[in-house]
Order: sequence, then C-alpha cells, then structure tokens
Amino acid sequence: MNNMTQNKMTLTTEGDRFVVVTRRFAASPEAVYRAHTDPELIKKWMLGPPGWTMPVCINEPHPGGKIRMEWSDGNGHGFYLTGENLEMEPYKRLVHVERMHLPDPTPDNHVETLFEPDGNGTRMIMRMTLPNAEVRKSMLATGMETGMEASYNNLDSLLA
Amino acid sequence: MDYLNSSFAALADPTRRAILARLALGEATVLELAKPFQMTQPAISRHLKVLETAGLIEQRVDGTRRPRRLAKPALDSIDEWLNTLRQALATNYDRLDQVLAEMNLKNGDPQ
Repeated sequence: MNNMTQNKMTLTTEGDRFVVVTRRFAASPEAVYRAHTDPELIKKWMLGPPGWTMPVCINEPHPGGKIRMEWSDGNGHGFYLTGENLEMEPYKRLVHVERMHLPDPTPDNHVETLFEPDGNGTRMIMRMTLPNAEVRKSMLATGMETGMEASYNNLDSLLA
Repeated sequence: MDYLNSSFAALADPTRRAILARLALGEATVLELAKPFQMTQPAISRHLKVLETAGLIEQRVDGTRRPRRLAKPALDSIDEWLNTLRQALATNYDRLDQVLAEMNLKNGDPQ
C-alpha cells in the first residue's frame, strides 16, 4: 500500500509478558506526540480497517486524565476502550493504562510509549502488556469483526 | 495454505463472525446460538458447519448436548494474536504517516 519499506514497523515479544513495537515516522517527536494525544488528530488515524470511524475520542492530557475511544463501523456495530493517563512528558514519553470493553472489560493493558529524535524524524517505541490466552481469545474475536474487515473487502473485490 | 482460504471464506459472513464473538465468551449449544440471531436451528447449523470445516470451532460431546467452542489452535495462540495486532497497528501507522504529512504542510498551525 504505502511506502512501508523505509519506516518498517517491528513487533517483538519480551518474555511472555510484553510486546514491544517500534516504528519510525518522518516527522518531529513533537508532531508524533501530538498525534498520539490530541483527540482530533487521534480520530484521523487510530481507526483500524477502512470504513471505521472514531465518533468519540476523549483524552485529558494530564496524569490521571481520562481516556475514552469509541469505534463504529457505521452500521450500528462498534466497541469502546477506556483508560487513564499516568505519566505525560511532552514530546518524549507517555504512560497510560487502557482496557477494551467486549463488553466485559479486559484486564488493564499498561502501555509506555517513547518518542526519540531520529535524524529528521522520530523513532517510536511502544511497550504494552501481552494479554493472557483468555483475553487474547476474546480480543481476537473482536479483531475479526474489525481488524480483518479490510481483508474481507479485498476478498470481496476479488470475488466480484 | 488451504486452511487460510477456508478460514477467510468462513469469516467473510457477519453472522459467522458474530457466532465466533459469542463463542469467545464461552461454549454454547446450537439452540443458545440461534436465539440472539433470530435464525432457525438449521440455518445456524449450516453456519456452524462452515466454521467447523475451516477449523475455527469444534464440538464437545456432553451427554446429549453438543456444545460448540472455539478450536484451540486457530484462535488463542500467541502468534495468531500477534499477527492480528501487527496488521491492525501497521494499518494505523500507515495512516498516521499521512496525518503527520498533513500536519507538516500546515506548519505553525496552533492545533
């Protein structure tokens, strides 16, 4: 799709408790940090597959601030996430907890996101909790309703 | 891989995806599955057959009951989960590239 080669994402596990994701962006740490914290910017990209929108995005930018994101497929289906900001060091580091509501809340996912200058761009490092098998199962089932929709669309056009 | 093809075909239907979402919460009989979808038992059974053939669900024998549940290897392995996560994040970050490019164009914009 896009030019993914230069800014390739890596995703690795750290023991059996954490997942570490790295990605380089061709923008300043300030811009990447803002895109992770400003609700109007978050709504533009943290969406999953094409066709999904985020009608509600709340992110109170201070420790203890509330996070709430609601996703919708435009056909009455959706799910939401709640969380709290724990630490916010502008343009450098974010720590928050989040949980999906499926509709029962999943255990807290503790996420630390670092934004490091890298030449003209930013290297982002995100460490999150690896959920246990039970939680993975219910998240996967939701993921199939959401994360794989793009693949279905491709399949649809192949079959059309 | 043939398994992947039949998995995708199985998942291409919203009712079948909803059945999987329900089974992720725990096993259920055909009758229990039919109720929320307002479908007949034979109609649900046809969907279950497709999901079974794709290796996504399995039956358990419990006296006269035949509750369905998610098939173990297909859905709860770490690799499967990490792949789904990888796809979702990669899609989002590609989109973020565009957002950042637009922010850059509007340099000096307060928001």
